[in-house]
Amino acid sequence: MTTAMASERPVTPEVVREHGLSDAEYELVLDIMGRAPNLLELGIFSVMWSEHCSYKSSKKWLKTLPTKGPQVIKGPGENAGVIDIGEGLAAIFKMESHNHPSFIEPYQGAATGVGGILRDVFTMGARPVANLNALRFGAPEHPKTRHLVAGVVAGIGGYGNCVGVPTVGGEINFDPSYNGNILVNAMTVGIAPADRIFYSAAAGVGKPVVYVGSKTGRDGIHGATMASAEFDEDSEEKRPTVQVGDPFTEKLLIEACLELMATDAIVAIQDMGAAGLTSSSFEMASKGGSGVELELDKVPCREDGMTPYEMMLSESQERMLIVLQPGKEGLARGIFQKWDLDFAVIGHLTDSGRMVLKMHGQVVGDLPIDPLAEASPEYDRPWQPTPPRGDIDPASLTTATAAAEALTRLMATPDLCSKRWVWEQYDHTVMADTVARPGGDAAVVRIHGSNRGLAMASDCTPRYCEAGPERGGAQAVAESWRNLTAVGARPLAVTDNMNFGNPERPEIMGQFVGCIAGMKAACDALSYPVVSGNVSLYNETNGQAILPTPVIGGVGLIDDLDCLIGAALPGPDQAIVLIGETLGHLGASIYLRDIEDRRDGAPPPVDLADERRNGDFVRAQIHQGGVSACHDLSDGGLAVALAEMALAGDCGADISGALPENTPLTAWLFGEDQARYLVTSSDAEAVLAAAAEAGVAARLLGRSGGDRLILAEGEAISLAELREAHDNWLGDYMKGQG
Amino acid sequence: MKAAVIVFPGSNCDRDVQVALRQSMGREPLMVWHKETDFDAVDLIVLPGGFSYGDYLRCGAMAANSPVMKEVVARAAKGVAVLGICNGFQMLTETGLLPGVLMRNADLRFVCRDVGIKVETSQSVFTSRYEQGEAIRIPVAHHDGNYFADEDTLSALEDRGQIAFRYCDADGTVTPQANPNGSQRNIAGVYNEAKTVLGLMPHPERLADPKLGGNDGRPIFDGLVEALS
Repeated sequence: MTTAMASERPVTPEVVREHGLSDAEYELVLDIMGRAPNLLELGIFSVMWSEHCSYKSSKKWLKTLPTKGPQVIKGPGENAGVIDIGEGLAAIFKMESHNHPSFIEPYQGAATGVGGILRDVFTMGARPVANLNALRFGAPEHPKTRHLVAGVVAGIGGYGNCVGVPTVGGEINFDPSYNGNILVNAMTVGIAPADRIFYSAAAGVGKPVVYVGSKTGRDGIHGATMASAEFDEDSEEKRPTVQVGDPFTEKLLIEACLELMATDAIVAIQDMGAAGLTSSSFEMASKGGSGVELELDKVPCREDGMTPYEMMLSESQERMLIVLQPGKEGLARGIFQKWDLDFAVIGHLTDSGRMVLKMHGQVVGDLPIDPLAEASPEYDRPWQPTPPRGDIDPASLTTATAAAEALTRLMATPDLCSKRWVWEQYDHTVMADTVARPGGDAAVVRIHGSNRGLAMASDCTPRYCEAGPERGGAQAVAESWRNLTAVGARPLAVTDNMNFGNPERPEIMGQFVGCIAGMKAACDALSYPVVSGNVSLYNETNGQAILPTPVIGGVGLIDDLDCLIGAALPGPDQAIVLIGETLGHLGASIYLRDIEDRRDGAPPPVDLADERRNGDFVRAQIHQGGVSACHDLSDGGLAVALAEMALAGDCGADISGALPENTPLTAWLFGEDQARYLVTSSDAEAVLAAAAEAGVAARLLGRSGGDRLILAEGEAISLAELREAHDNWLGDYMKGQG
Repeated sequence: MKAAVIVFPGSNCDRDVQVALRQSMGREPLMVWHKETDFDAVDLIVLPGGFSYGDYLRCGAMAANSPVMKEVVARAAKGVAVLGICNGFQMLTETGLLPGVLMRNADLRFVCRDVGIKVETSQSVFTSRYEQGEAIRIPVAHHDGNYFADEDTLSALEDRGQIAFRYCDADGTVTPQANPNGSQRNIAGVYNEAKTVLGLMPHPERLADPKLGGNDGRPIFDGLVEALS
């Protein structure tokens, strides 16, 4: 029988509600326990069954995503996904959200988001080699946006820079729907020997359970529960639920864990992330079919007098739980002491199938592991499909903006402007293997000591997902695949970070279901399985939901870095060839939104057969050396892609001679049809002939050269003017001048 | 040449400089843990970049008081070449092996970008492979690289030829726009009087390989091998 701590509050219906459990869920708790839980046990149920830890609203749909392929070593269910990258190596990666904490406390929220995702990756035996991040902020004119941008960027940099893992890529959007709920999604990619991957399943009666890393404090208590609820006016009072990061300790922890992993001492290892000691010990025991007994007096604590409840629910950072082979305690202790980290044997595995928590020799908590894990609620929430929208007729555009002027304006919008102000605050060259730096289609990091590289990118177009979730979900996957293809990589697999509003609202659940359907179709068609992911729901404030934002983090392989090309125009006198069909789709486009101030229309169709054919063609051309630069077309269409290539290469271009007859100029230049790339070549004929043979639509647009972009007759703009508009918006805005 | 790289808790460019040294030396440098108080005789000691001890007190301040640094200071006094890069430069000013201090960047933000730096002299074991006045391009990545010393010290440094590098534009002109952190007189690196100790904020080890988009950092390591072998 468990003893309730003398000072503990009794478990009343009010306390149950505070812990976020519904009446039905509490009934289930009583059923499983066979008695009323004490406060500690209630707290454990609360975090284990929180949306954040249990995926109770999303599980049913996540299961439909393709997760298999010859390249997949380990799909979803572990700390991160694992794929085979050849030559005996594996890439381990995942993306994870830290949205709610980052809104409440941007610096620490974002910093600990980076710390958490790094741990997910090195827990499995990988040395982290790259970080990315996908950020969404509210409208620039919203009074909080500047403060949130500054804090989040500084937090990501403050953590990643200190740990010494380069932050090489990502994306940033601004939209009023994120005014009250910003998104901070952090991704880490690591590399490990394929035959030395570490998992969390812990089995073997009597084996020691070891706590390493930082001490446990009173921070982040109920972080997982906080991240599973909507915000209201009082949300900022939740600041004490945000954890505080210590990247220096993380760096030591990486080195110490990798050193220990090089021995044969580890049975299982798991980082203490959301729900800290509770979820890490539960998951290890549950996956290994074991029981576990912990002596909480032995947990290294930052302050005296911490209760078992606080210890079990703390989300203090930079901590790991390890099950060791018996007799290896001395070896392991020596390594952690070398790195000046805490090391404590705090318990052992049992065969009871229960989690027994002791303090001062008394049992203070006793819960069955499997029933709690298995009974974790799974909901089939009602959902309503998003009503379909019609296409936009270019003739309906009212504003007669000249194309050159529209392009200049677009290049200076918050979404399309240069993000240099951000990524110059991230150390992106540490580790001396970054071969394609931020700002291109995909970042590329060399696999250390080889001539091969990993390409990675993060993508999502939330306005498409709102306008048509299924197309939006497919487009996010397709754009990620295209971005990797554009640098010559073979796309291998993705991690997804599903950011949505309140799933208890059928229209939000409908967005979720639609996006998953689109993602599934695209992942299947492109042989691009999902190997890890994270779901963040309840991104709402006072009933206002964010745009549906399923972020895709893609990873691909470049077998020979000598073939790597970039998006910059490589100089004058190169032929510019457009790959893919242009119908001039303007629905839900950036042009429509930012020039016409309209948010209507269906998102562009995503023809997955075209995507595959065109992408495979472009990649083959890159490998053969047939093209000298490549850029995928996305937001802002042809004109924006060409402008980005011109600015990156500091070289102009003229495409005025190849206007189509049947597409209006605006639709031609700014339409966002999918499956398209711009390539340059010194031998246009060869590229066009190869495209014809492969059944790929290709069109010679013009040539590079000069210091202007000539889009059409009378529609020219100097690069200098374009650069001025593009480069300065964000920096000026952050100075308060935007 | 024999070289040692000192590894502090929180160093994160130790491997990068190890790779660059190996490439130029054709053999492994010695990696020396900060708790060691003695190590083999070497011709060059490198203090690498990173966040030693988390830089929680003041950048480089804890490292300057670590057990191994007494040995580094003693060997520097005997003329052993010492190269401090970024956090290593901060340690060298903290120990007093180099004059001045490195303050927080003028705009208070971390900065990572390629910068131009002008080689002020080729008369040192570190820069013999460059031309005097040559502009090279290598990255900076720091939050605290704003070099400060009082006017008398700065003038004395200039008079004695102790300025190693200055931030400059692509054609070697020293301009305020080329200065990424607010350093006095655009100073990116300084020597001790004997020019056997060099501290610099930019990272030559990060562009010592054409695959990474530049090779301008390599001559420092090649030059050291030539001069100290």
